[in-house]
Amino acid sequence: MSAAVIVFPGSNCDRDIQVALAASLGSAPEMVWHGEATLPDVDLIVVPGGFSYGDYLRSGAMAAHSPVMREVVRRANDGVPVLGICNGFQILTETGLLPGVLMRNAGLRFVCRDIHLRVEDNATIFTRGYNKHQVIRIPIAHNEGNYFTDPETLARLEGDGRVAFRYCDPSGAISDAANPNGSLANIAGVLNAAGNVLGMMPHPERLAEAALGGTDGRAMFDGLAEALAKAGAS
Amino acid sequence: MSKITPEITPEIVAEHGLTPKEYDLVLSIMGREPNMTELGIFSVMWSEHCSYKSSKRWLKTLPTTADWVICGPGENAGVIDIGDGQAAIFKMESHNHPSFIEPYQGAATGVGGILRDVFTMGARPIANMNALRFGHPDDPHTRHLVSGVVAGIGGYGNCIGVPTVGGETNFDPSYNGNILVNAMTVGIADQDKIFYSAAAGIGNAVVYVGSKTGRDGIHGATMASAEFDNDSQDKRPTVQVGDPFTEKLLLEACLELMATDMIVAIQDMGAAGLTSSSVEMSSKGGVGIELDIDAIPVREDAMTAYEIMLSESQERMLMVIRPDSEDAARAIFEKWELDFAVIGRVTDTNRLVLTEGGSVVADIPVPPLVENAPEYDRPWIPTPPAGEPSPIEFDMTLVEILKKLMASPDLASRRWIWEQYDHMVMGDTVQRPGGDAAVVRVHGSAKGLAITTDCTPRYCVADPVQGGRQAVAEAWRNLTAVGATPLAITDNMNFGNPERPLIMGQFVGCIEGMAEACLALDFPVVSGNVSLYNETNGSGILPTPAIGGVGIITDAAKSMTIGFKNDGDTIILIGETAGHTGASLLRREIGGKTDGAPPNVDLGAERRNGDFVRGQITQGAVTACHDVSDGGLLVAVAEMALAGDMGAELSTPNTVEWLFGEDQGRYVVTVTDPDALVAAARNAGVNTMVIGKSGGKILTVNGGNSISVMELRGAHESWLPDFMAGK
Repeated sequence: MSAAVIVFPGSNCDRDIQVALAASLGSAPEMVWHGEATLPDVDLIVVPGGFSYGDYLRSGAMAAHSPVMREVVRRANDGVPVLGICNGFQILTETGLLPGVLMRNAGLRFVCRDIHLRVEDNATIFTRGYNKHQVIRIPIAHNEGNYFTDPETLARLEGDGRVAFRYCDPSGAISDAANPNGSLANIAGVLNAAGNVLGMMPHPERLAEAALGGTDGRAMFDGLAEALAKAGAS
Repeated sequence: MSKITPEITPEIVAEHGLTPKEYDLVLSIMGREPNMTELGIFSVMWSEHCSYKSSKRWLKTLPTTADWVICGPGENAGVIDIGDGQAAIFKMESHNHPSFIEPYQGAATGVGGILRDVFTMGARPIANMNALRFGHPDDPHTRHLVSGVVAGIGGYGNCIGVPTVGGETNFDPSYNGNILVNAMTVGIADQDKIFYSAAAGIGNAVVYVGSKTGRDGIHGATMASAEFDNDSQDKRPTVQVGDPFTEKLLLEACLELMATDMIVAIQDMGAAGLTSSSVEMSSKGGVGIELDIDAIPVREDAMTAYEIMLSESQERMLMVIRPDSEDAARAIFEKWELDFAVIGRVTDTNRLVLTEGGSVVADIPVPPLVENAPEYDRPWIPTPPAGEPSPIEFDMTLVEILKKLMASPDLASRRWIWEQYDHMVMGDTVQRPGGDAAVVRVHGSAKGLAITTDCTPRYCVADPVQGGRQAVAEAWRNLTAVGATPLAITDNMNFGNPERPLIMGQFVGCIEGMAEACLALDFPVVSGNVSLYNETNGSGILPTPAIGGVGIITDAAKSMTIGFKNDGDTIILIGETAGHTGASLLRREIGGKTDGAPPNVDLGAERRNGDFVRGQITQGAVTACHDVSDGGLLVAVAEMALAGDMGAELSTPNTVEWLFGEDQGRYVVTVTDPDALVAAARNAGVNTMVIGKSGGKILTVNGGNSISVMELRGAHESWLPDFMAGK
């Protein structure tokens, strides 16, 4: 079982996800530079957080056109699991792998804090480590995490069960007060139609170790490791 | 000297911030009249900001050595031994003047500059901190300045991906026209991979890397060496513009090159840009440097040598590399899509020589430029002793006082600020903002660095010596309170106009107090920065020697936190309480006055109490710990209640002086076995008093007075967001 982490010049959560993946997968992922036109043969691709090319334009807009992302899109369409976190989510929407856009936070400020998420569905390779409607605590750290899409797309996402996570309060209630950035329907993460691509603004890799104040992120990587091991074995 | 240059008139000399006497010294060093470029170079090198001409003789009196100090003041940052062949490299630096003029870019480039100071020495930055001082909340500029500074610090640090893990913020009318933005960076390097700035190797290439040079920031160092007046907004063009993405590229490229053995010397281009970097490198190396102005990457047309040498464009570095390493070094910078240009050579002349179009446009002997720089023994007078504090009159209950203090500008929660900083990126933040000190793990190990910034300017103005002592002692105390062993400090000395004897006396007094505390606590100064002339229209800031402290903790995961943990834990106050209210927050916020002397800092008791507390934490005898500082005992207890979301029942002497006095050298701890701790304290000669138990959701003081943790939180959390929202 193997994973690759895409590294843009402005990525800054690449090492964090590398550490978290290594702990769950048992081996360190390969770090793939943005200029590469080919990807190693891996079971999982992660597009990490950061500021890809500075993001002075729209977040992720330039990264979506990098050589390596063309290859990521091809693999995703072949069914390889792809996880985009924070800037990675922004990039995946820019490539069209995921619907919607991440706009400037409603509060117009960068927000870094722990938030609660309700796991909407645990029947995905990314969320199988959680219970359905489990409430987890992991942090966000972004300026553009305000998810938006048109009503038809939203209806399709909801109808197909493609909303993976929603911002909620500690009891699991979905409310405006628990929404840190103005996201439509409190959406924190969405899946593609095939269920092999997940984009999410919160950072599971940041709370995957007790010494850092929480382990709720760890179950995502443990679950992925299990799913990929099974897929590899079958 | 073929280039046409205007005649150097006394007006031009004055515009360059040089006195007639200083200009005479220039003439004698040069043996002729300088041209404009040369005058510009002298001007910035001899500015207060670069030459420390008013402060040098006093800075020399600070203790700077210890067994664990690898490199003290004088390099880009201080270096200390943190074991396992590793070093912590850190420094704090001000960006006060630019941040007042253009808060976002001023603060952002302040962060960028201090990051470069640290990674130019070979360290990967692992944490940023900041110490901010703003004017009175009612001043019409304050909200705009807070908003811009915080966004600028976040904008830069968040993008480059170094966590901003804490800091401090004060509000006082004395900063209305001169805010303070002091940024600190801590980095980690292997001890055998530390880089210095001394150029060497005659004939070696001098290489310029990073961003291109533009016309931004010309004369920034000179601006930082003068007072403001009402026309200071006209100085906006002297503020640099930051590009954190380029800095990220520069950081990674430099660290990649540093992993090879190609670098002889490296120096970032900070204040005074190419001038100070090339002069420092040649001066430290005892060599000359020859630069070809035409080879310097520029982003604007027709820039003169004068502009290029004085530009403070950001994200640039100057290096001397080994022979035959040019191609390999260039390949690294090309990978990161940064400029890489050989712009000169190391020479044996001890002169800085600039050529343009094949002819020499500046030629300055470096040793006298550096060594003969003016140094002043400015006249100073000590601050007169504060009288006996007047009585404080109030008509409020203890709980009403507590609630008001917890919602006052200097004590209210800073969550609105630190939530705009990514304080978790890099995945090693063990203690986030809001505690006594941040704790950041050294990547790949169990050990951690504890980091804090501290200063109480209202003490410094009332008694500079006590204030200087207290600033160092509080930093030491905050590191101790998380269980760390304090190692060393960086200081950022922010003062008014040193040409006024009272201001110079504040500087001298603070240094004296700091030196005493550094010695008594084995807590040397390893780096620092001086920012003088923080005055507008003749009105100076409170003396503000901001201290950045660094300590080490063997197992970061076991660092101590301030929040109450368990129902029924015993709360114990450590240290002596006399009920000192001079220069206290109680006096200012409740009594509406600022008189009286600050509390005495008994350095012997400080050391004894702190060493005891650290020992108890290390033994696992303590469940929570918090130092007692601004607002005194009851505020400390309230902060522990908020952090733990748990109340307490207190039983103490029932006077405002006792509950809100700011006596020094004190901690509040909670324990499960009070008898053991009290007995151990007695053996160590440390004073203790059992003052209550933690538990429930209500804070009750001496039976009668109580307030729910929720109500306390509402008061504490709402002031800053409401203020920023204009409510």
